[in-house]
Amino acid sequence: MRGYPVGSSAHTGVDQVRPTIFPLRLHEVCFTAGGQHLIDHISCALEAQPSTLVLGPNGAGKSLLLRLCHGLIQASSGSIRWNGMDARAARRHQAMVFQRPVLLRRTVAANISYALSVHGVPRRRRQTLVSAALAQAGLLDLAARPARVLSGGEQQRLALARAWALKPQVLLLDEPTANLDPAATHTVEILLEQIYKAGTKIIMTTHDLGQARRLADEVLFLHRGRLLEHGPAAAFFSTPQSKEAAAFLEGRLLW
Amino acid sequence: MDDFTAAFATALALIIRFDRDLVAIVSLSLMVSMAAVSLAAVGGLPLGAAVAVWRFPGRGLVGALLNAMMGLPPVVVGLALYVLLSRAGPLGAFGLLYTPTAMILAQGVLVTPIIAALTRQTIADLHEEYDEQLRALGVGPWRTIGTLLWDGRFSLLTAVLAGFGRASAEVGAVLIVGGNINHVTRVMTTTIALETSKGDLPLALGLGIILLLLTFMLNAAAMAIRDAAKRAYG
Repeated sequence: MRGYPVGSSAHTGVDQVRPTIFPLRLHEVCFTAGGQHLIDHISCALEAQPSTLVLGPNGAGKSLLLRLCHGLIQASSGSIRWNGMDARAARRHQAMVFQRPVLLRRTVAANISYALSVHGVPRRRRQTLVSAALAQAGLLDLAARPARVLSGGEQQRLALARAWALKPQVLLLDEPTANLDPAATHTVEILLEQIYKAGTKIIMTTHDLGQARRLADEVLFLHRGRLLEHGPAAAFFSTPQSKEAAAFLEGRLLW
Repeated sequence: MDDFTAAFATALALIIRFDRDLVAIVSLSLMVSMAAVSLAAVGGLPLGAAVAVWRFPGRGLVGALLNAMMGLPPVVVGLALYVLLSRAGPLGAFGLLYTPTAMILAQGVLVTPIIAALTRQTIADLHEEYDEQLRALGVGPWRTIGTLLWDGRFSLLTAVLAGFGRASAEVGAVLIVGGNINHVTRVMTTTIALETSKGDLPLALGLGIILLLLTFMLNAAAMAIRDAAKRAYG
């Protein structure tokens, strides 16, 4: 996703007034369960650009970090602020896509329409937005199909289209391609790139190094709940600073 | 044994030539049970879903209460309603005792906890799967309930059907509040009880056969609908 987007996207009016939710600041954030620091004193600041990839082996706390930022779970201590707002208050300016998307038992188009309706978009405006989102995701032909019978790749693209239709300022993605084959992964990555080019911040976790090299501008490297590295992707991949990151890049760090 | 065979043959004949009494009793039964189940579904589905999804003080207690009330003894429900509806009772002014309305109320009271408890189970499972996604989309508590009920609609058919099974098979409560009055409040189960005790087996047997067939067909139809829908909607 090299290159910053030109101008901001014409937000089709999900929100009239759009105060920015960046920077995102984490200060000494901990998440504890069963006496274990699953997220261990993480502090960092993320700006509206560029795209951020959260890397690390299984169990590093990548998913937890996204859920904390989205306000789905509460930090045990420390603070998470989106330009001063707490995570739950900022949630309506964000969208999240999960590893296993939950699609509603209704048609493809109705899934997007539902999300728009939840966000208060009036009925007469929904149809255009739904069509735009479906076209973007290459799902227009499948609009009338029940969402649950789509293939894995199509389901994930629908989840992305649904998230994108809400015109979020940031898209949080938790291993969105972990269950997909290479071809489906490729189409999802293309879609992500388009969304990014249209001016949406991407924060995404992955354990797939190839994908990280393709998509990352900036890397957060987590290991056992701690933030070990935060910096430009090129530097991270060529000269990692920590021995854990070096081992991870060589495929030697298993957890 | 010959008596029994003869009674069986007469029963079949009653069914085949759509005997007027028999048809009247069957229609009243269906009408009462369907009305009761509709009422119970309107109350029980949202109630069960709310207990499954919302966190509120006393939630565990309500859940336990619903489960316990699934086994409510029909005669006791009938008796309680009888006291409420009788002339001297608090609802006596409405003059509902010994009317089909009273029977609908009785069956509704019996069936609501069944539908609510089964709904709670189904919706709790579904909520596990949907919770984070719905919160991520910003769905509020009321809409969460509506969404889960709609997405669980095919599984919930089973809950409603279990309610219908209970309503149509029940004798004690409708006997007490309905009074088993010929052509007014006589339904399949109360007629079977009465005719059997009078020794008039053909009508009782005929109704018994119909009751069995109805239950069987309804369950088969619901299962077919559910399976077809699951295949179509995933």
